[in-house]
This record gives sequence, structure tokens and C-alpha cells, in this order.
Amino acid sequence: MSDAPVLRVEGLEARVAEEDLPILRGVDLAIGKGEIHAIMGPNGSGKSTLAKVIAGHPGYEATSGSVAFKGENLLELEPDERSQAGVFLAFQYPVEIPGVSIANFLRTAVQAHLPEGEELDIFDFTDMLTERMEMLEMDPAFAERHVNDGFSGGEKKRNEILQMAVLKPKLAVMDETDSGLDIDALKIVASGVNKLAEEDPEMSVLLITHYQRLLDYIKPDFVHVMVDGRIVRSGGPEVALELEAEGYKTFEEAGAAS
Amino acid sequence: MPQNETIQDLNLDEYKYDFVTTAEPVFRAQKGLSEEVVRQISAHKEEPQWMLDFRLKALKVYESKPMPTWGGDLTDLQNVLDEIYFYVRPQDRMERSWDDVPEEIKDTFEKLGIPEAERKILAGVGAQYESEMVYHSLREEWEKQGVIFDSIEDGLKNHPELFREHFSTIIPIGANKFHAMNSAVWSGGQFVYIRKGDTLDTPLQAYFRVNQERMGQFERTLIIVDEGAQAHYIEGCTAPVYSTESFHSGVIEIVVKKNARFRYTTIQNWSNNMYNLVTQRAIVEEGGHMEWLDGNLGSKLTMKYPSCYLVGEHAHGEILSIAYSGDGQHQDTGGKVIHAAPYTTSSIVSKSISKGHGRSTYRGLLKVHEGAHHARSNVECDALLINDTSRTDTYPYIEIEENDANVGHEASVSKIGEEQLFYLTSRGIAEDEAMAMIVRGFIEPIAKELPLEYAVELNRLIELEMEGSVG
Repeated sequence: MSDAPVLRVEGLEARVAEEDLPILRGVDLAIGKGEIHAIMGPNGSGKSTLAKVIAGHPGYEATSGSVAFKGENLLELEPDERSQAGVFLAFQYPVEIPGVSIANFLRTAVQAHLPEGEELDIFDFTDMLTERMEMLEMDPAFAERHVNDGFSGGEKKRNEILQMAVLKPKLAVMDETDSGLDIDALKIVASGVNKLAEEDPEMSVLLITHYQRLLDYIKPDFVHVMVDGRIVRSGGPEVALELEAEGYKTFEEAGAAS
Repeated sequence: MPQNETIQDLNLDEYKYDFVTTAEPVFRAQKGLSEEVVRQISAHKEEPQWMLDFRLKALKVYESKPMPTWGGDLTDLQNVLDEIYFYVRPQDRMERSWDDVPEEIKDTFEKLGIPEAERKILAGVGAQYESEMVYHSLREEWEKQGVIFDSIEDGLKNHPELFREHFSTIIPIGANKFHAMNSAVWSGGQFVYIRKGDTLDTPLQAYFRVNQERMGQFERTLIIVDEGAQAHYIEGCTAPVYSTESFHSGVIEIVVKKNARFRYTTIQNWSNNMYNLVTQRAIVEEGGHMEWLDGNLGSKLTMKYPSCYLVGEHAHGEILSIAYSGDGQHQDTGGKVIHAAPYTTSSIVSKSISKGHGRSTYRGLLKVHEGAHHARSNVECDALLINDTSRTDTYPYIEIEENDANVGHEASVSKIGEEQLFYLTSRGIAEDEAMAMIVRGFIEPIAKELPLEYAVELNRLIELEMEGSVG
């Protein structure tokens, strides 16, 4: 990939807002168009914080460094503007919105993605939603349920993939999408991501995970290891296998030494 | 329900009912409440002696009862009551055709969209302006079938026996101070009778409008739903915003006879300096089914607890309420259900939203009398707080005198969370809109029960109120 990277993170430092608790301590990361990257790391390494800072979670604050998305300074944008620009975060813990149907929620989101003054045609939207659900092999009745309200862990994650399928992002950040899923649910979710990646070869994906097993189903082009708020090792898929063999300990020591 | 309108689409004022029409009343009693005023009202209405006696007795009860010290803050109310007009007669007689209503009054209701609404869907419309009904109509077919939908005054004149048999039997004079006040000075309101076995597919509708400054409105409604009959009644209330405070104290009495079904829907959007103290009670006989659907959006203070007295076996009572309290507003609302017969069932669902310095109180009573065996009831009250400054309280009184009663109670208080907002905004939805979406979702179980035009109105109001509410 010779194009400029879709996402370029440089020297990013971040902390929990209003607390003097640094979590990211200088992250560098470049993701090219159509590439699939995985960031692996132990609990508390800062990998989920990176995902949230990219999406603009108000609970975190970037104190230094930069995040550029397609050349634009992402840190200056509000979360809704980042989404409109093409960034998508699949939540580790999707939030319940009682009383709001998925169809309604998605229609509002799609409308928000249209250029100002353009009105979403409700029939076009319904057709599109139906088509997306068919692709993901989802029951159409699912769209009438209230957003994540009373959903199982698997249903919540599938709902994230549906949102991604509808919004068609340029960069999808998947925050521990595999957590809390049994192997069958994991396969379904991974197959959804793969279908979307095939459909749009220019979509870039950043997988954030603690475990190698997700990478058995979604094949990354690059794997990074994050320890203590820094990326301590980057390479190809073999890094994940190394990690599986050796555990995080070696990297933690390497991180401490650097 | 359409939920895709953005705030920008809605070119509405904060309170769109804030306009005044210049219609000179034909008669106005002197300020304040006195025996003379009561006598004047009765004389103007050419009432029978028994009604005058009833009014005067009620006035004594009113004077003997102290101001309530519970509920909302009523400390300034006496000053307000001394300054208001208890009776303002807007025109000489009530019209049955819209064309005959005086131009100025018509103008007001046109702005509120009333004749248009009637043409579209409603079976009958009554419009009350100041103290009296100015317009009344009922679709011909119902009239032919014997449905009575009259002003309360005409009910008394034209159906004296039916009227007297039920009037004030559902709520006795001594029930509370403001009910007694209404009983002394009542004017306007509806008299409705649905015959045995009749089913009205489209709702009857009434609109209440206070136009004059320093005006008190005391409508009285009596509804009799005879055996096996079914109907739905909707009322809407508005007033312009004046610098002085106004007062509204209505009384609604309903009898739901054997196996009848009735729903009474209120959407109250009074201006924010209106005291709104209303007594609503339904008696539900064997196998009857009563629903109160109560929306309190406006007023400075509302104290209102629609109640169901389940007096026959298998009677069912339901109270669904939504309250919205913005800055300077206190909605002290809830519901009462009295189980006085075996196998009676009830449900109370109350949802409140408080924003800014607004305050919402749920106050409810659930009582199961001895002998009302196999009673079942469920009470659920949920409060949503928009800001740290908003306030909510819950007073769920439960009195059970029967061992096998099955009673459930759930209460929840939630704040719109950062995580919920972030989740929605991370999908491209602007923050104001995300806020409105969460609020709409919160009231969805009740909003979906509303007639469409009210549901749309409620949605718009929420969108307006949520604009700029994110600190």
C-alpha cells in the first residue's frame, strides 16, 4: 500500500479526563488503506483507551501527540463528526438504550451521515437495512428490538456488526469484540467482519484483543503488542503466534527495559 | 412515531400557545371567592335550587379546610386566589356550529388547530374558553344513537335525572379542599353519557383554554359509561403566558358500569405560571375497565392523582402517567387505586423527566380493602434526571388489608449517562438529538399509547427542551 496511511497516530499520550493518570505514553501507529491491524496486550496496557481516544470518548483526554485520519486532525472533532468522517468503534460493552428500536436508531444515524440538507428516503433506508441484515444472516425482527435492551452478549456484538455494516466506515476499531463470546458467537461475528472487509477492500480495521483466538478467524496483516501504554513490538501475524507461545511476560520485560 | 425530525426542522417557539386573543367577555364576576360570587354563577346558569344549595355547602367545606401542607409549595397560592376572577362568561350562548362562534374566540382555537382536528378524526369536540364551553359538536351518527356529549350546564338542564343521580356521587364534597372549591364555583366542562353496549371507535375530545389574565378555570366533568359500552375521551389544555399566576382546578368524575371500558387521556400543557390542582376519580363496577392516561407537561405546580375505585369483582384500573418538569416546574403526580372487591386488578406506570431545576414527585396510593381477596396490582415508577440540579422524589403508599393480595412495586431513578450519549454520538448522531432520543425511549411505553397528534407534539416538545441541555 503506497497511499498515505488512513490513520496515523504519533507520540500519543492520553489520560483519564480530570485525573493525573497517564494511560497512553507515546503511541505510534500507522494503518494503511485496506489493512487489518491487531493490537494485543495484557489487561491495563491501554489498548482499549487507544480505541476510545480514537473515537472521542469524553472520559479520556489526549495530552500530547496527534491522531490524523485521512490527513485530518481527529482530536479536534466531536465523536459524531468522527463517525461522519468514517470512523467506527465497535464497543466492548455496547450500551442499552431502552425504548429506541434498532431500526429507528440506525435511521437517525444514517440520516446524520448524509450531507446537510439531504433527506433520507425511508423506503431506501428500509431496503438497505433489509439487505444488510440478510448479508449478516440476521432475522429482520431483530431491527424492531430496543437497542441492546435485554440482549445476550452475542446479540450485543452482532448488533455492533450490523451498525458497522449499515454505516460502512473507512476505519473500524473493534474493541475486544471477542470478549464474552462463546466460540459459535465468535465465528458469526468474525464472519460478519470478514464479509464487510471483502465487500470494501479499502476499509481498514483495527482489532483490539487480549487473545489470539480472534485472530484465528480474522486474519490480520500486522500485529502490535502494547504494554504499559506503548507499542513494544510490531510485525506480521507471526507476532501473535510468538505471543501465544511465550505469553506477555517477555514483552512486559522488553517494555520495562525500553 | 416519527422520530427522524431534527431540531432544525421545528420552527416552534418554546411555548407555542403563548398568544392572547382580544375577546371581550359578556360577564365577569368580581375578583376572589365569596358567597356572592357563588350565587352569581348559579344565577347566571339559571340552576335549580338543589345545585345552588350544593354550591353553598361546598363553599363552607372549602373555607373550613386548611391549605394542604403536603405536595407542592402552596404558600403563595392564597395571594393568587385573592386576585383572580372565578367566573368569566365569554359569550351569551354555546354554539353548535363552528361558524357561529365569535371571530376572536374562533381565532384562538383555529391557532390551536381544533376544528381541523375534529374534521379529521374525532367523534365529538367540546371547546371551553375561560369559564364556559363555547363550542360543542358531536358527529350526527352518535347523536342519533343517543350518545350524550354536552356541556355540563346543558347536561344539568336537559338530563336532570341522570345528572342528579350521579353528580358528586363519585367524589364527595369533603374529599379535598380544591375539590370543594370546584364544587362551589364549577363552570363549564362536559357531561357525557354512553349508552349500554355502544362502542365509539373514534375519541371524544375536549379542549380547555384560559385566555384572560388572572383567570381561574373550574371545569367539572361527569361521564357515565353504561354497561358494556366502550369509549375514549381526550382533553387538551393550554393558556398564554402572563406575568401573573393563574389557577386551574378541575374535577372529573367517571362511572364505568358493568363490563364497560373507558379511557380518559389528558395532555396538560398549561403555561408555566399556572397552578393546576385537579381531582379525577373513576368508580369501576364489576368487570369494568378504566384507564387514565395522564400527561403533565406544563404548569408551575400540578397536583393530580387520577384514581380508580374498583368496587365490583374483576374490575380493572390502570393509570399511565408521564410528567415533565423543566426549570421552575413541580409535577406532583401519580395515581390511586382502591381495591374494594375480590379479583380486582390494577396497574400504575409512572414516568417522569426532570430537567434543569425541575422537580418531579411520584405520589401514589394502593389500597386493598379487607375482603378484596385475589387482588393483584403492579406499580412501577421510573424517574429520569437530565441534570445534576433536577430533583425527583417517590412516595408510594401501599396499604394491604387482605392476606392473599399480590402486589408488586418497582421504582427506578436514572440519569442520562455519559456512556449512553457517547454510544449514540459515536454513530454520528449529534448530542442534542442523542439526548432527545434517550428521553423519547424512556417514555416510549406510554407515548405509544397516545393518539398520534399528541405523540408527535410530545416528541417535538422533548426535542425543543433537550436543545442545549447538554452542559
